[in-house]
Amino acid sequence: MYTQSMDTDPETRNPVAKVSAVGRPEEQRFQATVDAEGKIEPRDWMPEAYRKTLLRQISQHAHSEIIGMFPEGNWISRAPSLKRKAILIAKVQDEAGHGLYLYSAAETLGQSRDEMMAALHSGRAKYSSIFNYPTLTWADVGMIGWLVDGAAIMNQIPLCRCSYGPYARAMIRVCKEESFHQRQGFDIMLSLSKGTADQKAMAQESLDRWWWPVLAMFGPPDADSVHSGQSAQWKIKRVSNDELRQKFIDATVPQAELLGLRIPDEKLKWNTQTGHYDFGPIDWDDFWRVVNGEGPCNKERLAARVKAYEEGQWVRDAAMAYAVKRKARQHKEAA
Amino acid sequence: MSAKVEYVLRFGDNSLILGQRLAEWLGHAPVLEEDIASANISLDLIGQARLWLTLAGRIEGKGRDEDRLAYHREQQDFRNFTLLELPNGDYAYTVVRRFLFDAWHCLALDALSGSHDTDIAAIAAKSRKEAEYHRLHSGDWLVRLGDGTGESHARTQAALELQWRYTAEFFDSDAVDAEMAESGAGFAAASLRDEWLEEVTTVLAEATLKVPAAAKFVSHGKRGRHSEHLSRLLAEMQVLQRTHPGAKW
Ligand SMILES: [Fe+2]
Ligand SMILES: [Fe+2]
Repeated sequence: MYTQSMDTDPETRNPVAKVSAVGRPEEQRFQATVDAEGKIEPRDWMPEAYRKTLLRQISQHAHSEIIGMFPEGNWISRAPSLKRKAILIAKVQDEAGHGLYLYSAAETLGQSRDEMMAALHSGRAKYSSIFNYPTLTWADVGMIGWLVDGAAIMNQIPLCRCSYGPYARAMIRVCKEESFHQRQGFDIMLSLSKGTADQKAMAQESLDRWWWPVLAMFGPPDADSVHSGQSAQWKIKRVSNDELRQKFIDATVPQAELLGLRIPDEKLKWNTQTGHYDFGPIDWDDFWRVVNGEGPCNKERLAARVKAYEEGQWVRDAAMAYAVKRKARQHKEAA
Repeated sequence: MSAKVEYVLRFGDNSLILGQRLAEWLGHAPVLEEDIASANISLDLIGQARLWLTLAGRIEGKGRDEDRLAYHREQQDFRNFTLLELPNGDYAYTVVRRFLFDAWHCLALDALSGSHDTDIAAIAAKSRKEAEYHRLHSGDWLVRLGDGTGESHARTQAALELQWRYTAEFFDSDAVDAEMAESGAGFAAASLRDEWLEEVTTVLAEATLKVPAAAKFVSHGKRGRHSEHLSRLLAEMQVLQRTHPGAKW
């Protein structure tokens, strides 16, 4: 579903080791490929810091897809029509699929899915903090599709051109599905906005809760993102947090108007000079609180993931044991 | 309610209730590939339920659509096998339930594909292809778990012992079955027993599992006499439709 700006990882908020302009030949070749918009493939030489940065970003993205299944999965059993239920199951299934391709892309950088999952379960690896907010009503399912997947698309379209081949290719596939997610979310909101007074109120109440956390999803302001310069040079991150956030606001305000919803920002106003919407200050303290584990659902989300993993251990063990037995039997038959 | 409506509802409710149970695994499965498979199968089942319920409403002719039937019936009006409404339990329990049902479902849909009622035959034929994949999936897992580790074997055997007694219902004929078999629109419930037992016994043997002894208990979910679990499942499933009467979603 979403990768949050990687600048939120405290250990890497400092600039990564600088790549010197005149490096070793393989370094120069690497940068030349990147500069020429070529793709770096798993077998190519790459700077260690590039590999690490990507590994962190892709695995964090994969974890976000997986954890992201919980808030929406929370409403599958209660989806208000069979059609909505089917669409929601298909959507959450897509998110599991995104997790799968992203883990595979990350594996090409030398870490196994098990290792990445261990990092997630131990709390060392991060995932998008937006999923640490609860889904309290059916409107929240619409809101996640409309705004969270909408933000994901903004963020991920530039990643389709990321310099690392496996990631760029995974993102192309993911982005196609994300636009379906965004549309189904908007469609839920549209039904609510045309519905009863209770449904309209449900939609507004949901927007009031989600608007600010969604804006924070794009990551800290550019001025505070020391890491972005390096990522831009490597063509991993191609558009800055603030630019993406602005683009998202500009696209979303007219949609909210169409839905008859009020965006909970007194300062939101079209600026004819800049050709963009001005908006009020984001509560970064809240953002960092949630990133650092003090959001409403951080503990629950992680606990649910760990529980599923631990309770599944005997199943995975059985599958492994059976595969070994079967191989041995086939061997015997062949002999 | 006519026998045909009752009969079609049985198929619709089987798919709906199992689909609902299976979707509970999404996000919580033992391995990511199984999250995806559970979603896939659940999605097929919900899709089948929609077709059956729509057909039931049309035959009934009282203007009830799929959602009216799914969300506005009480537990005693549901016609699914009791087995399918039981809580998921562990993965062995889920796999065993699925396999016992999937094996029956394939045979039942085969029989229905030759129904004299073309609407019933068409839905059965479409669902049959999906059921085949479901049966392969649950059968593979049954063998893996049965013949995996000591723990997985014990859990799977235990799940089988708990659920076997609910399978008698698959073959228990009542007036609705008799009338549908008579008219050529359905099949005689008991007629599938031998083939089902043979197929299930073969796979259980491959899984190194023992076929449990037949029980005297017969559940009657398909006649609307359910376990304690269905009303709770429905309370959750139906909550929005019931709390916002008349709303469209
Ligand atoms: Fe998505
Ligand atoms: Fe996704």
